[in-house]
Amino acid sequence: MALINNLVLSKFLGLCPFFGVSKKLSSAISMGLAVIMVMTAASIVSWIIFFHILIPFGIDYMSTVIFILVIASLVQILELSIKRTNASLYNALGIYLPLITTNCAVLGITFINVRSEYNFIETIVSALGAGVGFTLVLAIMSGIRERLELADVPKSFEGIPVAFLVAMMLGICFIAFSGMV
Amino acid sequence: MKGLIENLRNGIIKSNPVLILLLGLCPTLAVSTSIDNAFGMTAAVLFVLISSNIIVSLIRNYTPQRVRIPVFIVIIATLVTIVDLSMQAFLPSLSKSLGIFIPLIVVNCIILGRAEAFASKNKTPNAIMDAFGMGIGFGLAITIISFIRQTLGTGNLVVFGIEIFKVPGLSENPMPIFILPMGAFLVISLLLATLRYSGVIKSG
Repeated sequence: MALINNLVLSKFLGLCPFFGVSKKLSSAISMGLAVIMVMTAASIVSWIIFFHILIPFGIDYMSTVIFILVIASLVQILELSIKRTNASLYNALGIYLPLITTNCAVLGITFINVRSEYNFIETIVSALGAGVGFTLVLAIMSGIRERLELADVPKSFEGIPVAFLVAMMLGICFIAFSGMV
Repeated sequence: MKGLIENLRNGIIKSNPVLILLLGLCPTLAVSTSIDNAFGMTAAVLFVLISSNIIVSLIRNYTPQRVRIPVFIVIIATLVTIVDLSMQAFLPSLSKSLGIFIPLIVVNCIILGRAEAFASKNKTPNAIMDAFGMGIGFGLAITIISFIRQTLGTGNLVVFGIEIFKVPGLSENPMPIFILPMGAFLVISLLLATLRYSGVIKSG
């Protein structure tokens, strides 16, 4: 899940923070860890709700609304706990922490889990793997971008366009992993 | 009246959500594999965007500041569920090819972003125009990218089952890379760089 169906590079999820946060390695890793936590927690809670509440009551069309509310609450809880325990981390993450709520990767993984009809353990593994994959790519990306700041990039490509090119090359590299399973 | 037209134009060119504000990248890249998908996604986004802007703008004076984001999210999520279910019923093949990206419209930064940045602070007619503009801007960007990707990736242009044209050398030997994710990254990178180079967007 982390390598073969990497959320960012083959499924196009989580692109906004990908390009927003990946400028510094340290903030990228913190963001990644936060995302892993939210993804796993959200996947577990939404799985339970989907299979034990929504389907038995026949209201699985409410899944979109419910999942996003679950994610929003978890992010809120996470934000409050980080604020209490580690103020410097809180300041470093800044606005990107509440932005995890709108991270398509988090909502995306909850949908992937229920649509693929994973059982409970498979859901946890899938979420962890997805989160690790996201963090991995974010970390690689920010490492490269830190170096790129010092390199001589043509003016029109500066910033986002060259970041997309890097993403493209990472995508090509990650295709190499598809022989693994 | 002038302000309304300005809102409209703003979304299409000056503050094009995808190309300038760089919002809504996920669905843009994922869905732009064919023009049919692009049109379908644009229609869905337009509907949700306009409806949510109208609702948010109408209730803007009654929404307490502290809960506004969850309120917006619930409104948008409900609208998206409506679109999702309608699409599954009336356009099942489109629903299947757009896949999880329909429910993901909920977290499309364009919609939440406009609700927060514009609709909650402006009058309803302006909000409607802004939604139209942003939606059309989004549609424009995603259609351009789909056009490039579909033409180069499959060698011919087929819209809703009607074949528009075939590129002679290319349709026998298309370049599938463009249909793949990395092709998407490549196309948008070159598109943005070209727009900057020609001065349409300023860098930095």
